[in-house]
Amino acid sequence: MDLLYKIFIDPFMQMGQAPDLLVQTLWEGLVSGVLYALIALGFVLIFKASGVFNFAQGIMVVFAALTLVGLYALLRRWGVAPGDLAAYLALLLTIGVMFVLAVAVERLVLRPLVNQPDIILFMATFGLTYLLIGLGQLVFGGESKVMIAEDLHLPSGSIEVKMLGGFVNFQKIDIAAAVIASVMVAGLAVFFQSTRIGRALRAVADSHRAALSVGISLEQIWIVVWFAAGIVALATGIMWGARSEVSFALEIIALKALPVLILGGFTSIPGAIVGGLIIGIGEKLGEFYWGPLLGSGIESWLAYVIALLFLLYRPQGLFGERIIERI
Amino acid sequence: MKLKHLLLGTATLTSMVVTAIPASAAEIYIPLLTYRTGAFAVSGAAIGSGMADYLNMLNERDGGIGGVKLNVEECETGYDTKKGVECYEQVKSKNPIVVNPYSTGITLQIIPKAAVDKIPILSMAYGLSASADGQNFPWIFNPPATYWDGASMFVKYIGGKEGGLDKLKGKKIGLVYLDAPYGKEPIPLLEALAKDYGFELKLYPVPASEAQNQSSLWLNVRRDRPDWIYMQGFGAMNPTAIKEAIKINYPMDHFVGNWWSGGDDDARPAGPQAKGYLSFTFNQTGTNFPIIKEIEKHVVEKGKSLFPKEKIGETFYNRGVLNSIIIAEAIRNAQKISGKKEIDGSDLRRGLETLEISAARLKEIGAEGFASPMKVTCEDHNGHNGAFVTQWDGTKWNKVSDWISPIKEKVNPLIEQASKDYVSANAGWPKRSEPCDKSS
Repeated sequence: MDLLYKIFIDPFMQMGQAPDLLVQTLWEGLVSGVLYALIALGFVLIFKASGVFNFAQGIMVVFAALTLVGLYALLRRWGVAPGDLAAYLALLLTIGVMFVLAVAVERLVLRPLVNQPDIILFMATFGLTYLLIGLGQLVFGGESKVMIAEDLHLPSGSIEVKMLGGFVNFQKIDIAAAVIASVMVAGLAVFFQSTRIGRALRAVADSHRAALSVGISLEQIWIVVWFAAGIVALATGIMWGARSEVSFALEIIALKALPVLILGGFTSIPGAIVGGLIIGIGEKLGEFYWGPLLGSGIESWLAYVIALLFLLYRPQGLFGERIIERI
Repeated sequence: MKLKHLLLGTATLTSMVVTAIPASAAEIYIPLLTYRTGAFAVSGAAIGSGMADYLNMLNERDGGIGGVKLNVEECETGYDTKKGVECYEQVKSKNPIVVNPYSTGITLQIIPKAAVDKIPILSMAYGLSASADGQNFPWIFNPPATYWDGASMFVKYIGGKEGGLDKLKGKKIGLVYLDAPYGKEPIPLLEALAKDYGFELKLYPVPASEAQNQSSLWLNVRRDRPDWIYMQGFGAMNPTAIKEAIKINYPMDHFVGNWWSGGDDDARPAGPQAKGYLSFTFNQTGTNFPIIKEIEKHVVEKGKSLFPKEKIGETFYNRGVLNSIIIAEAIRNAQKISGKKEIDGSDLRRGLETLEISAARLKEIGAEGFASPMKVTCEDHNGHNGAFVTQWDGTKWNKVSDWISPIKEKVNPLIEQASKDYVSANAGWPKRSEPCDKSS
């Protein structure tokens, strides 16, 4: 009886007793959710274009952030001053590096594997993951770095709003992360839904051969989506790096996009957004109100449980395409 | 095609280098299990470099120890227990004189193997607290202090701040810990002390996968408002925890990290607001010690260190140096006891078991005041030495307390009991057959 009370009554009592904490939890969930959505979007873009689950998306987040911080340090060593000039120059150069990476992936990984089974392409992204881990460590070292948030003029500090008998703390970097991620998600959604490249992307997703037959350049599309995924990775790396630090542990967070994808569907941009928000808010509420019942620390698996519950009713995800294969 | 061949060739060559080079007979083989990659590299790179650089300095300056070269080889574990055990299996055939696992998870896995393989395990201030009992764990050494000593020092410290240990009654104390064997280690001791002193212990586990995503955990802290927080964190978890504590306005001078939560890269990323954060340590920081100057001269200046020059002397780097001081002193001791220059694991076990690094000896090797003197005996493989509290001033750590000794009357009986429990839980645990040497 006591357990039922703790599960079904007490958490809601707590929400009523300390509504400021509920608002804070929802805000934290929203920020995490938007960032998860951004990461998931990187996966969705590549999956739509090539039918490949890009296992390397997580390490691309780390690699992009490390490149930015590393190039900034290099520019400062070469005497580029002031700091914000070096920071923006490093940002431009990093975007260039992500473009080179997209071209290299297309030339060296995807092109030789055209028309191979999806599992082969999936395994190739595993290889790419280890290559980027090794390359990142070789060039930038394994130790953590501090994100150059100040030089990029990202806001710091917090706004404390007194409300509901308590206070809610809004970190300015979280507000910026939510805004930037939302703008990027919306921009990419519009770009891929309403432009010529977007239509070409959908054609490539349906069939490589059919797309080739109507004159769509597979190479061009792949470079575009891998570059877009690289930009998404860079934005995620900057935001999450500023909230914490730039380390190889960020790769693990990026894998949080997995339950988001299961929930939202691998092919749906709106699915990535809605899935990200459900997972972000769901895991924060779960950890805060129900976590202590299970000894806390449930956040690491709760997202998967939420995704699995949805899967029971919609195996294709909330917005995913129902795939029927006739044998 | 060329690229394919290049990659294939590199992979083959790498595997040959790792597996085929035997330790030369004229050398003392010291494998270091390190992690310069992964989520914990922020701590691991500094520790690994400190360990390697001191031993390499002895090679460069003195030609090794007692005229025998030291063959120092790193094996990358990524702080992953599975990889660590693989590393152990890989190095054991090369007759190592000691293995440094540098992970509590790895240490717990290889403790049962040590007596069988006759390889001493040095887990300096980490690993299984109960392994301080030399009677049941003759091959395991964990000086200068156990995690239980550390947690008791924390309780003693906050007791002092509150006006006495009796004033802790009714207080709420939080433990923020990495949800792994390392992080969980102080829980039994803190639970026992909570009972004895009447404080309430709140547990806040951080799963490794959420090391950089702790906001909901800190909302729990905000709700519970513990009077003091002790953190048993590591790697990327630490700077994130400090940032989150700042976010909920938790007073930094009531937030105390254990000795693996007080690296420069733990506090620095949080910026000026981390000012006031406290941490225990048992070694000094900085380069203002002759021993560090020697490392700079013989290793760093020659470009033989893997650590950035400007970071030499940071807390975890110097911690690594202290680890190697213990190894080097144990080797000298073992050479003296056994009368052999080329010692093996059994000799080093005897060297470790009779190790005494006095204040005079620390001065002699250029480490005066660098760490507390330590003594290991046949019965006590730890020493239960003290540590002190340092405070982050926004740019560096400053010592803010005297050396604090552990609450031995509470810790030692628990260690004895835990040691007995370990043996009874592991049927067939070998009875100690190794004779005790006289202290050197």
